[in-house]
Amino acid sequence: MLHSPSRVGVGLAHDSARKHVTGEAMYVDDRRPYVEQLYACVGGSNIAHGILKSLDLDNVWSAEGVVDVITATDVPGQLDIGPVFPGDPLFVESEIEYFGQPLFAVLATSHELARKAAKLGSADIEAREPVLDLQQAIDQEFYVRPPHRMQRGDIEPALENAFDRFQGTLKIGGQEHFYLEGQASIAIPEEDGGVTIHTSTQNPTEAQKLVAEVLDVPMNLVNIVTRRMGGGFGGKETHGSPWSCIAAVFCRRTNKTVVCRLSRRDDMVMTGKRHNFLNNYDVGITQEGEITGIRYQLAGQCGFSPDLSDAIVDRAMFHCDNAYYIPNVLIDGLRCKTHTVSNTAFRGFGGPQGVITMEAVIDEIAFRAKKDPLEIRKLNLYDTDERDVTPYHQKIDAYSVPAIIEQLEQESDYWQRREAIRRFNGTSPILKKGLALTPVKFGISFTVSHLNQAGALVHVYTDGSIHLNHGGTEMGQGLMIKVAQIVAEEFQVDTERVVVSATRTDKVPNTAPTAASSGTDINGMAALNAARTIKQRLIAFLAQDHAVDESEVVFHNGQVSVGDQVFSFDQVIKSAWLGRVSLSSTGFYKTPKIHYDRKTASGRPFFYFANGAAVSEVVIDSLTGESKVLRVDIIHDVGNSINPAIDIGQIEGAYIQGLGWLTSEELKWDHAGRLLTDSPATYKIPAISDTPHIFNVRLLENMPNSEPTVFQSKAVGEPPLMLAISAWCAIRDAVASVGDYTVFPELHAPATPEQILQSVNQVVSDRERSQ
Amino acid sequence: MISFLLNRREVTLQDFAADMTVLDYLRNVEGKCGTKEGCASGDCGACTVVVAEPSENGIEYTSINSCITFLGAVHGKQIITVEDLTEEDSLHPVQQAMVDSHGSQCGFCTPGFVMSMFALYKNIEPDADPDLRHRAVHEFLAGNLCRCTGYRPIIDAAMTSTEMVKPDQFSRDENTVAENLSEIKNRGLPEPDKNVGSFSIPQTLSALASLYVDDPGARLLAGGTDLALEVTQQLSAIDRIIYLGQIPELLRIEQVDNSLEIGAAVSLARFDQVVEEWYPQISELLKRFGSTQVRNQGTVGGNIANASPIGDLPPVLMVLNADIRLHKGKNTRVVSVDDFFIDYRKTIIEEGEFISTIILPLPAPEQFFRVYKVSKRLDDDISAVCLAINMDLAGSSGRGEMLSSTVRIAMGGMAAVPKRALHCESVLQNAVLTDATIQQAASALEEDFSPISDARASASYRIQIAKNLLQRFNLELHDDGINTRVEHAA
Repeated sequence: MLHSPSRVGVGLAHDSARKHVTGEAMYVDDRRPYVEQLYACVGGSNIAHGILKSLDLDNVWSAEGVVDVITATDVPGQLDIGPVFPGDPLFVESEIEYFGQPLFAVLATSHELARKAAKLGSADIEAREPVLDLQQAIDQEFYVRPPHRMQRGDIEPALENAFDRFQGTLKIGGQEHFYLEGQASIAIPEEDGGVTIHTSTQNPTEAQKLVAEVLDVPMNLVNIVTRRMGGGFGGKETHGSPWSCIAAVFCRRTNKTVVCRLSRRDDMVMTGKRHNFLNNYDVGITQEGEITGIRYQLAGQCGFSPDLSDAIVDRAMFHCDNAYYIPNVLIDGLRCKTHTVSNTAFRGFGGPQGVITMEAVIDEIAFRAKKDPLEIRKLNLYDTDERDVTPYHQKIDAYSVPAIIEQLEQESDYWQRREAIRRFNGTSPILKKGLALTPVKFGISFTVSHLNQAGALVHVYTDGSIHLNHGGTEMGQGLMIKVAQIVAEEFQVDTERVVVSATRTDKVPNTAPTAASSGTDINGMAALNAARTIKQRLIAFLAQDHAVDESEVVFHNGQVSVGDQVFSFDQVIKSAWLGRVSLSSTGFYKTPKIHYDRKTASGRPFFYFANGAAVSEVVIDSLTGESKVLRVDIIHDVGNSINPAIDIGQIEGAYIQGLGWLTSEELKWDHAGRLLTDSPATYKIPAISDTPHIFNVRLLENMPNSEPTVFQSKAVGEPPLMLAISAWCAIRDAVASVGDYTVFPELHAPATPEQILQSVNQVVSDRERSQ
Repeated sequence: MISFLLNRREVTLQDFAADMTVLDYLRNVEGKCGTKEGCASGDCGACTVVVAEPSENGIEYTSINSCITFLGAVHGKQIITVEDLTEEDSLHPVQQAMVDSHGSQCGFCTPGFVMSMFALYKNIEPDADPDLRHRAVHEFLAGNLCRCTGYRPIIDAAMTSTEMVKPDQFSRDENTVAENLSEIKNRGLPEPDKNVGSFSIPQTLSALASLYVDDPGARLLAGGTDLALEVTQQLSAIDRIIYLGQIPELLRIEQVDNSLEIGAAVSLARFDQVVEEWYPQISELLKRFGSTQVRNQGTVGGNIANASPIGDLPPVLMVLNADIRLHKGKNTRVVSVDDFFIDYRKTIIEEGEFISTIILPLPAPEQFFRVYKVSKRLDDDISAVCLAINMDLAGSSGRGEMLSSTVRIAMGGMAAVPKRALHCESVLQNAVLTDATIQQAASALEEDFSPISDARASASYRIQIAKNLLQRFNLELHDDGINTRVEHAA
């Protein structure tokens, strides 16, 4: 397809870029105080598990500036705000299930006074023994949801008859979202008992539904507005809602505007994180290192409630094949309960924990088969001819991974660098280097099928300017500019003509969360459909008006040809208005072809797969365990890119976020279940020096999506996060060099300096033992 | 009462809460919401603003975290926020570069990055080569966290915008600003009152001494990078503050005989600039001490008085045999840093007493000094372990092995206070430095320390790296070209 300037396929700047750099871009808490605006703060429990006997809030009430205090009994409607399954009370009614769980909220005349007052509550709690450890939950079969199993082939004989067989365990840490803008909501009272809420959420419709249920009013009295988020990453999919609900309850009680904004510490303590996992594998291989079968047990720590964990553990199961064909496979996925904050969506949604397990297995196969891991990766890739079926029976076609690997292997000089690194390690006693190439294949679609729908609303005004709304939310990923480019392309006008504004539930209703990388796929298509409807009306009108065939009406480069006449877009719009043509339309889209049957654990949960691969080179210090990524080469498949600049930004950002998850970001709790890493002083996301000096990112060229997605593009939000697994594998490769590659290092994630040094210790002592 | 310039507008405040932060003032009083709160603890940089003040070389621009800067500390200075960079309709070069490089995604950290980049723009030498600029970019932006971009486009923007640094509107207005600021300064301040809610800004050491001895319950504010956390994190109220940042005696740094005398309120950034000539190792450590914003605010005296077990300077000062000059009323005394720390966050400082000067001996030729910091993240992180060693070498043995005479070793992160490793030292004192001696010294560390496990590291890891860092020291001592630092690997 030929693209004209400043429409689809062009790397336009983010629509808010100029506002970002001038400070003009407004976030929830930047809205200037309304008259007599009040501020809410939440008081949490100081115990992980127990029965709440009573609350003494006298000191809270009498604190300076306090206007109102609420507890579970003050919620007018439904207390449980569990998004899919029940289990998430807005405030504890009886059983406390994590350290910091909201017991009450206080409303005061300033944010500071509310925070101070919230510290003054005291509770009479009958302590119960908490379950804090994932292994303990596994042992006790303590689950938030029942286990799920997927299988294909015949696993037992495949393992028993394998040439070689091994078992192992991988511990994978969780991850704090650390969106720079914390959770925030402002509730403004409206007529008829309604509220308008400005909030930082990925899921306006769900916030609307939950606020309505909590207030016990119909959804049509609640309007949720989200202009932009200061980062989301999944952390504002379900965990953005409680603060809107609390603000709404106070708002209706006082008839005042109420702000509920979490301090960084409250945010880190009271909102869920990426699930940590404890994964076991039992693997059979041939002499050459070809997989004959794998039996997996994937156990995700869900925290105290189901939240989205069913789908998250499912997605880990859907991705523990990563890019490889497993002839015989059995996967058990456990949703383990602990008395910790409820873990939630985080970019990749369980997928990364599946992918890294598979990649860890591949590295171990390579070690046992005495081959380079890249050879083992290529040997086991999905292929045609029966090697194209996933553990959930979806067929793989139009598979771009082999081509990506081939290109990357060349462009990154993989083999020359492998040699150079071996030489370096032979002469460097302290610093050791490692190298790894890992691919990613990531399934695109919500695995909960009904979420794969989207709506949009397009207005063309009489001056030819275009106003666009859709159900997707902007969290920095450039969704708004991409969808604007799509609409501009359809009308063949410049993107600047299209104004995107806040996502509002009173404009586009009943939307899915902006999640699962689906934002552009589904909202772009809905907006395209809306634009097509208007365009079709214009074509019909012009054809009739000028007595030409509809095929003779062509929109091109800001102009419209009608037979042999040419009009500007503005002229066309004006005449259409005068001709009483509706210039506004909704658009709707639902993803085709997808289905999944849980009973048989089979179907086609994914419309298509997004693929990529990365080569990372790292260096470690074998004395301290410190590590650094030296060079990264990435090729990623986004189909036909709607906006290459935005897509590359997503890939780079995801890689570094994944690198943080796998290296410096470590969550720690104490024995009482209190989060120790509750501030950026102790929880370390990547900073500027963590970005490799050589960071080559390319989009795979000439590979349009084989499925009919919007302009044959592919989703990009989540998949590249898993490219960082190459760095983790490279660290393990570097550690292996300490034992001259004779010992397979045990390494878990995150590979903090401490974890790396422990791995070095194990390699050294295993080697000594074997000599 | 305080006066400052909010960009070009003079603001005078009669009454303000002593513990109000610059960030809260900007957002809640001025309604200037471009500056963001990301953490309210100085760890993320979203709240970065630039403070300008006259210096010997014209106006000096420094980036600070407005979330942990008390408003009174900007008296007599100019605050420049992200809203002030655009002139008429045109973006400042750093803003334009960020747009052109796709340097913003969610945009929340962007104002902070833009301001750090602006500080870089105003400080970089116009003809700096790419390597130097690359280092400067990483140094100036290490205190700004971005969760979206992965930093590459931000680095590109900073590199591009510093490629051709030209005078901007701030350069043009420098004279007027300098005049305004000196006018504020010359106006003087009313006598500090000791009423509740007061923020006192003494101008001389003696004024400070008498103020503090009269009101020892007031809190001394140097950089405030730690003190402000009591307000923003613990939610305590601080109603009486005595600010140390305008007393010439506390701001001087000069060579006196064979020592460097460093005023307690000298910022870590300034200390870094001066100390590099004598102790490049300290300078290297300081590049990883907090962030540029924190080093611009935080002071040498504060890092000592604060008595944190994880402060990075105390171990260094201990092994370099530094002294501290203390004042109380009209009395002064000099104590060794060694004797300064008593227990967790406890020092020998008496009520009404304060640090005026740190006396750092200059290096001797036979001295071999190293300091190592290990943390989870290279930039802006607190040490899991900090090890400082200062060894006097006494030549070599007959077989070419090195001989030591005196040695001093101190560690942070290993005990409730920064602490000397006396057992370890005794092994290495007047010793033949063989691998076996180093091993023996490493084992002795176990007698010196029983560290704790916390969010940063486990006890066993701390002990092991303490030992391993002695090995690193040994390798660097022998200097046979073995690279021991990941940050220097290519």
